[in-house]
Formats: sequence, C-alpha cells, structure tokens
Amino acid sequence: MSIEFDRKIHKTLEDANLQLAVYTATARLKDGRTEVVSPAELPDYQELRTQAHDLKKHVMENLDSYLEEFERNVEAHGGHVVYAKDATEVADFVVGLAKERGAHLIVKGKSMTSEELDLNERLEHEGLEAVETDLGEFIVQLAHERPYHIVGPSLHKTRYDVADLFTKYLGIEREEVPEKQTAIARGVLRKKFLAADMGISGANMLVADSGAVVLVENEGNIRLTTSAPKVHIAVAGIEKLIPRAQDLAVFLKLLARSSTGQRLSVYTSILSGPRRPGEIDGPEEFYVVLLDNGRTRLLADRAKRQSLYCLRCGACLNACPVYRKIGGHSFPWVYSGPIGAILTPQFLGLGHEPALPFASSLCGACKEVCPVKIEIPELLLSLRGEVRKAEARDRKNLLERLSFRLFAWIMTHPRLYEMAGRVAAATAPSDNGAWISKVPALMNFGPLRTWLSQRDLPPAPRKSFRELWRLR
Amino acid sequence: MSRDHILHRIRTALGRSPGQAAPELPAPRIRIPLVDMESRIASFRTRLEQLAGRVHLAATPEEARAFVADAIAGKCAVASNAPYLVECGIAALPEVRSGVTDRAELRELCATMNFGITSADYILADTGTLVMISSPREARMISLLPPAHIAVVPRERILTGLDELFSLHPCPSGETSSMVLITGPSRTADIEQILVRGVHGPGEVTVVIVG
Repeated sequence: MSIEFDRKIHKTLEDANLQLAVYTATARLKDGRTEVVSPAELPDYQELRTQAHDLKKHVMENLDSYLEEFERNVEAHGGHVVYAKDATEVADFVVGLAKERGAHLIVKGKSMTSEELDLNERLEHEGLEAVETDLGEFIVQLAHERPYHIVGPSLHKTRYDVADLFTKYLGIEREEVPEKQTAIARGVLRKKFLAADMGISGANMLVADSGAVVLVENEGNIRLTTSAPKVHIAVAGIEKLIPRAQDLAVFLKLLARSSTGQRLSVYTSILSGPRRPGEIDGPEEFYVVLLDNGRTRLLADRAKRQSLYCLRCGACLNACPVYRKIGGHSFPWVYSGPIGAILTPQFLGLGHEPALPFASSLCGACKEVCPVKIEIPELLLSLRGEVRKAEARDRKNLLERLSFRLFAWIMTHPRLYEMAGRVAAATAPSDNGAWISKVPALMNFGPLRTWLSQRDLPPAPRKSFRELWRLR
Repeated sequence: MSRDHILHRIRTALGRSPGQAAPELPAPRIRIPLVDMESRIASFRTRLEQLAGRVHLAATPEEARAFVADAIAGKCAVASNAPYLVECGIAALPEVRSGVTDRAELRELCATMNFGITSADYILADTGTLVMISSPREARMISLLPPAHIAVVPRERILTGLDELFSLHPCPSGETSSMVLITGPSRTADIEQILVRGVHGPGEVTVVIVG
C-alpha cells in the first residue's frame, strides 16, 4: 500500500464529522434506492437489470458499428462528432473552437468524464473561464478539490466549509444557512449562464439510432448549460452508447432509482443537434466529443470488458462497507468506491495503487445493487491476481511469497501438518479458553505484528481433530 | 486522424471488420399497462405532490383560465406559444406576455418574469412527469428560467409512463432538438443533505389538468 493511500484512509477514519457525513449521506441514498426498487414498487426490477446488462454487452461487442450509427444520426440532425484519444485532444478541440468563436466564458454541467480529463485546469491555462454549475461541483471547484462521490460531489463539506468558501471567493458576507447559500449560488451562476459563450456537458447515455445525448439531473444547471449558450459540447466516453431511444424505457427506470432513490430525476434531457428551424431557443451549434482515454484497451480484455457497462449511478459506493468508512478522497483517482477500485487500475495501470483491488471485503454488496449487473467482486479478484503476478515478476514481497510457499508445503503434507499443529498448540498462550488478543513477543514483529494487531486468535484446542478422531 | 485510430483499435479489440453490421437485437422492451383515466390522474397527482409539486384539476378550459389568473394575480408571467393556452384564454390574460418568437427577447423575459406558463406534450402518470418537446410552440427557457412553472394540459394527454411515451415517439430526435422530462421542482441536497428547492430551475411546479 502506498503511504499516500494509507495516510488518506487514516485521516478519514480519524475525522468524526466526516465519518458521520459519509455514513448518513450514503445511508440516505442507499435506503432511497431500496424503497424504489422493491418488488411492490417495481416488480420487474430484476428483469430490467438483465435487459440493461444484455443491451450494454451487445453494444460493447459491436461498438464500432454503434459509434458509426450514432455519428451518422448526429450529423443528420446538424450536429458534429469529434473523436478524441485522450485529455489533450479534448482540450485542444475545446480551446480551438473557443478561439474560433471568440468565446471566453464556459459553463459546465457535472461530468465524471470531464473530471477524468482535468479539463478545467487546461481551459484556465488557456485564459478561458470554466465554471462548474452543479451546486456540489461549484463548491468543490472553489475548494480546488475533486468530487467526493459520483452523485454527491460535496458531501464531505459542512455548511461552515461552504460559508468559508463563499466568503473567500464570492466576496459576500458570511452566510451559514444552506437555503440561503443555495440562493447565493443560484444568483452567481444565473449571471454566468446568461453570459456564457459555450456550455460543456457530459452524457449519461448516447443513443445510436437517434444521435441523441441523454442527460439526467436534479438542479436544472445541465438544461441551462445545454440550452442557454450558442454552443453546446457534450464530452462522453465511447462506452456510453445504447442502441435505441426505446431502450431508454429500460435504462431510465434503473438509473435514478439506483442513484438517488428517485423514480426519475427531476430533469431528463434527450438532446440532438442544434435548434431546429422554427424552434425559438437552444444552441446554434452542437458537438459530441467521443473519448477513448484508455477505453479501447479495456475493451480488448474480454473478461474485464464489463467494467465499461457502468452507468456511474454510484449505488455501489453507497452499498460498500469500505467506501462508507474510508470515503471518496482516500481513493487515488476520480472514480471511488468499488467501481473506482476496478476502473482505476485498468485506466491508469496496476502500479498506480497496487493496494486498490485489495481495499474490499468482497462481500458482494456492490454487485447486488449494480443496475447493469457488473460482477465487481470477480473483477477485483482477477485484478488482485494480476497485482500478485506483477509483484512476482518484480520480485517484490519475497517474505510473503516464501510464507505462502511454506504454508502450501505444510498443507500438502499431512504428517508435517499434524506436527505443526502440535507445535502451535504447545507454544500458544493459553488463557483459560478465552480468545487470544496478545501474542508472545517471539511472534510480535514485522508483518506478523501488523497482521495480528487487527486480529484475535481462537484459543488452541486441547486435542486436535485428528487426535479426537483416532480416540473415537 | 483519431476517428480512424479509435475505430481501428475497437475493431482489433473485438475482432471485427469495417462495415460489419451488428447482429439483430430483440425488439425493445416496451410494456404498457392498462390503466383507466381516473387512476392515471390519481397516480399523477400522488407522485407530483410527493415531490412538492401542485396539481389542480379543472373541469373546463374556463376554469383553468380562472385558476391561472388567480395564481398569477399581481405578478407577471411569460407564456409559450402553445395553441392550447390560446384555446383556454390564458395567453390573453393581462399579466401574461405571449407570442414571443425572438430568442434574445424571450430569454430576457424569462429571466425577469415571476411565472413561466406552458402546456405539455404529455404527462406521465406513474412518475408525475411533464414531457416537453421543444418546437415553435414550446421554447426551452419558459419551463426553466422563471422561479415558478405552471403547465396547463388537457387530460387526454396523460400517458401511463415511459413505455407508452417511447412507443408513441420511438425516435424523438427525428422531430425535435430537445425532449425534456420534468419530474417535480428543481432541487438539490448538495449542502449537508438538506433538501432545497429551486436551485437553478423553478422551485414551484403546478400542473393544471383540464377536462
């Protein structure tokens, strides 16, 4: 485990306020979900999950064909499609277009893909003002932080933190009431929306047969971002495709329910192309940037390809006992929780944080709530295997490997096993049959000490099973 | 060029060749339940009221006009060009500006008025949702910029839910640049999980069902 990962985890565990904030926020989302996917509420929930899984699988297996269909349909409605290999190509495109159009102010709708790219830094570097308009994103942008949770970017911030940020950056009098803070943000951002030259959104889904971008949200900032400025750019991973608009009947029933426990989000926008002749408002120009950024590499791995089915609903974060303790900022990249633990090593390489696939109890809660049935625990196990293989190649963890080899040797030799058992029973400290929480000094060193510091051992039995069997 | 590069990488990853069609998919899963009109209206009402939206049932267009006139009395409103609002006499109310077709003018109005009044192409019973299709009759901003939104809809436009909507509009982008589903007032809980309505969109949504 990297020192950084360890440090961040401990910092989170020691912060009682943060523990409470993460626990209550995830509990609220988790309980909300449970209610609206219950059999009484949605009897065909399991069937919808299977459908969504199968549709995503089909799209991934034929992705080139669906991308080309999507592209044709966007262009048929007067929009443009741009392919980008990585963050640099996205930024180059946005900056180039902004310069051509003489744009200065860009409003942004919340997008995990955009976070993946650190797009704002690049835009600011080029002298453009990029403003996040989702309230939570606006707060974390002021704090120069990363979103804490896929659907609750600022859930680690208290009203007092927000008051500090608003006073410092917005030049206003201190305000600690959330309703009033929200009204302040509304006022500040309303001016930005009406003055913005460009709007950048992500996409929850791309619909191949319609050339449409689907966006779900609760605040209305995405509707403003995509409708008020003259130019709308949607930046989306190539894996966001679904085949047909009619399939939205499946995906929309699952997405908001899994994410926030709503039957539908407040606003679902299905957008395609610039405003049509006669339409009074809407953008004059419409672009979709299709991003690779490591996705094609992931696609080539047949077993782990299913990581690309993810809808970014965040349900696995709320269900995860590990996320709920260590929080979002302990994770080394933009994607946190169980899905982050499988996406990060696949996007950035195993070496980025080798301990990440191990930061799970493999309890399976994530898999149970995943609306597209991604087998997260299986993928974590497979990544663990890869980490260990890489370590073996690099001759790391020699001691651990030797111990396991010794263990395997003993386990495959019955006589040795019995002898080892006797030695262990004879030397183990006995405390009248109570669990052993302290171990002899002899064993209390190095990796054993770390291991034992978190575990109690059962008392050694007087007679082993084998001995009892023989005496029978 | 990145387009060809990315498509090539995808085809290599999948073992596919250029121009190779995707295998046929089974028909989309569309299930439309049989629900009578009264139950639809009751369900719509329950769902929207749970989200702090308001529902008013008007027996006639005149009653709808009277309700709206009362709601906006002493305030100012901008109305869309929906023929149904003209039919109900709402577009002609003294507080109401309507018939705007210029983008900049409309935006200015929407940013200053107290109410935005629209009709809706459909409403969805099982979620309490308004379906807004952008057109010369319905602009995007009227249901978005003013702090309160009133939608006036004849009762025959109530559908059971998403499945029925997508069976009637299998490909919305063929006809519009924007189909928006609105389910309750704009909301956020980004500061300490405290629910606040009206963050960027309208904090109040009222649906008048006529007939």
